[in-house]
Amino acid sequence: MSGVPTTVGARAGAGRAAGLGPVHYARCLGGIVRREALRWIHQRSRFVSALVRPLVWLAIFAAGFRFVLGVSIIPPYETYIPYEVYIAPGLVAMILLFQGMQSSLSMVYDREMGSMRLLMVSPLPRWFLLTAKLVAGVIVSIVQAYIFLAIAWFWEIEPPVWGYVTVLPALALAGLMLGALGLVLSSFIRQLENFAGVMNFVIFPMFFASSALYPLWHVKEASLTLYWVCEINPFSHATELIRFALYGQVDWLAAGVVTGFLLIFMVLAVYGYDPGRGLIARRGGPE
Amino acid sequence: MTVMQLEVGPDVEPALAVAEVSHAFGQRKALDQVGFALRPGDFTVLLGLNGAGKTTLFSLITGLYHCGRGRISVFGHDISRDPSPALARIGVVFQQSTLDLDLTLEQNLFYHASLHGMARSAAAPRIAAELERVGLAARRKDRVRQLSGGQRRRVELARALIHDPALLLLDEPTVGLDMESRSFLLEHVRRLCAEQRLAVLWATHLIDEAGTDARVIVLHGGRILAEGPVPTIIGDAPTLKTAFDRLVAAAPAIGARA
Repeated sequence: MSGVPTTVGARAGAGRAAGLGPVHYARCLGGIVRREALRWIHQRSRFVSALVRPLVWLAIFAAGFRFVLGVSIIPPYETYIPYEVYIAPGLVAMILLFQGMQSSLSMVYDREMGSMRLLMVSPLPRWFLLTAKLVAGVIVSIVQAYIFLAIAWFWEIEPPVWGYVTVLPALALAGLMLGALGLVLSSFIRQLENFAGVMNFVIFPMFFASSALYPLWHVKEASLTLYWVCEINPFSHATELIRFALYGQVDWLAAGVVTGFLLIFMVLAVYGYDPGRGLIARRGGPE
Repeated sequence: MTVMQLEVGPDVEPALAVAEVSHAFGQRKALDQVGFALRPGDFTVLLGLNGAGKTTLFSLITGLYHCGRGRISVFGHDISRDPSPALARIGVVFQQSTLDLDLTLEQNLFYHASLHGMARSAAAPRIAAELERVGLAARRKDRVRQLSGGQRRRVELARALIHDPALLLLDEPTVGLDMESRSFLLEHVRRLCAEQRLAVLWATHLIDEAGTDARVIVLHGGRILAEGPVPTIIGDAPTLKTAFDRLVAAAPAIGARA
């Protein structure tokens, strides 16, 4: 070996022997959030479609249905409201749902198993990496939600001004829960590696079987079974959490259910990405 | 460069120690009783055809798959029980590209630095130095999409070195590259190995990448068929290629596929 005399020990141990402290965690989170934001800014088509989708619902679907579906006075609303106003919180939740699925599943398909590998060789613990990834996605989706709410103002969706502040924790909690669901799906379900599958089997059923488009008492009149499906659908609770928060109120049941599902999904995601127990090893081919 | 010893002396802690590692995907065995060690400064070529188990081995070493049977340790840190200090010392160039095409070179490298908990102020000079070394310093503000395949690989090599690892793993790093890019990468890594005593495991199916003096591990059907310096592997065969073909032909049919 013609090697130059070196400080192998010092190299290998440089800065590592001390272990990883809170500052390393913070830097890592910062880097992951920054990357997610940069990617979002650079992928304009993704940004535009994320925004256009709920606006199409608002401008076309809601306009068409406002005279078909009557909405009586139900909390948190204090008066008769146009249909647009009713579905706006559901559309905000839809933004969070799409973003959650997209950012989690993008790790898997689209040559992105690679980026998951890159993330996983970080010396920081896996639960932290997954949480950081989740938080980064939620920050991006909250920005999208506010842009939507700003545009929706022109459709006479005018919640009280402080509602824009009180909705923030609801957006964060609902976003985390839906993002965690995406992580679980990305780690466990191989067949959902294309987005069409996710649309058909996750996004549409969750969106339609929820309180996003129609009050659940309407559903109850139509089918009791469907009503219960909607009631246990976490997306309904995400929607209601946002709906009440937008008017400065807390739907405690929804908050509890969303938190509960967040914890369940997070545990499952960490399990799914655990190389020892989860299914990540099984998804790997031979080479 | 002289021939490297195979045994790791008791006084030298191996950069990488793999012992009796087996791995299976369901019924199909991918690795069967694989064991070897790398010392600091070793340049070792893991030679095997597609499907030999190279990527599986890399996934086990980097902790992506759980090492259920056997032991893997990096500078004495068991990858299963003590992954953090082990991973902190490893740099990896993956078989698939893992760069964000829409981000700039620098943004990609800063992201990697943050995954290792590095401060931006500490990462900046490392990034500048590593990009300089692979000849891409002037392109640091360019998006990765604008680079050629060979340049992207060089960025990935620079990235793997930013956190100053002591063990470098490269999984088929030259696949799809032209001759010039291939030899650039190979020379660059061998220089690192010699100058910085980096332990390197270079997986490939391209036999000529072993050169004339590297240490070689021949992996086939999930098993190690031979290991040692190139001259030893060649033995009385005319070329390394011939020696490799003989080894593979002599291996039990379908190898480890139980």
